[in-house]
Amino acid sequence: MKADRTLDCVGLYCPMPIIKTSQEIKKMKTGETLEVLADDQGIKMDMPAWCKTTGNECLGLEDAGGEIKVYVKKTAS
Amino acid sequence: MAEKEKFTLVLFSGDLDKALAAFIMATTAASLGMEVTMFFTFWGLNIIKRDKGAIKSQGFMRKMLNILNRGGPSRLKLSKFNMLGMGTWMMKKMMKQKNMPSIEEFIEMARQMDIKMIPCSTSCGILGLPDDAFSEGIMSQAGAAYFLSQAKESKVTLFI
Repeated sequence: MKADRTLDCVGLYCPMPIIKTSQEIKKMKTGETLEVLADDQGIKMDMPAWCKTTGNECLGLEDAGGEIKVYVKKTAS
Repeated sequence: MAEKEKFTLVLFSGDLDKALAAFIMATTAASLGMEVTMFFTFWGLNIIKRDKGAIKSQGFMRKMLNILNRGGPSRLKLSKFNMLGMGTWMMKKMMKQKNMPSIEEFIEMARQMDIKMIPCSTSCGILGLPDDAFSEGIMSQAGAAYFLSQAKESKVTLFI
């Protein structure tokens, strides 16, 4: 999947990937996609929940044996 | 835009582990777009005391208390396995290894996220804590009525 920006959160635990995502999304334009790299398993549940609450779109999640890639599209203003 | 949903926490405990849990919830809620208020009371005030310099309070008993119970984010202890500081030291080391922010870093993060951190005025009065006893970014003191007015409008409240 193509992304406009990438955020490396490998080695960080909850809540840091979510907090960094929310900070990064603030800098982006509506319609842009953010790729988040992480290895904390909690992100699989946390990111869709964060997207749902903030009104952004979670496009998908790839789990490549330990390292997880999550794609978030900024849809909230 | 609709009014932000609110999240209010009371920090009664000054234990390192409980403070961490509270700051994790508070900063996450702020990243979810919620308006967060943290109300610090009793031993919880130790979390937001400034680390440096003496805390000047009035009277013998209050002076003694603020020496024995100095507080400050770097001096918090685990609620279990403190082992005269050994356990707390090891926990801090393990947290650092896993890139977990310290309480000091969480307070700074909370400040940047516009989380309201409020010391309880009654506790400050009883324990002898002046306004300048606290870290940078801590708001002025407030009482139970202020907390309840916030809590009443909150979707989530926690007492830690």
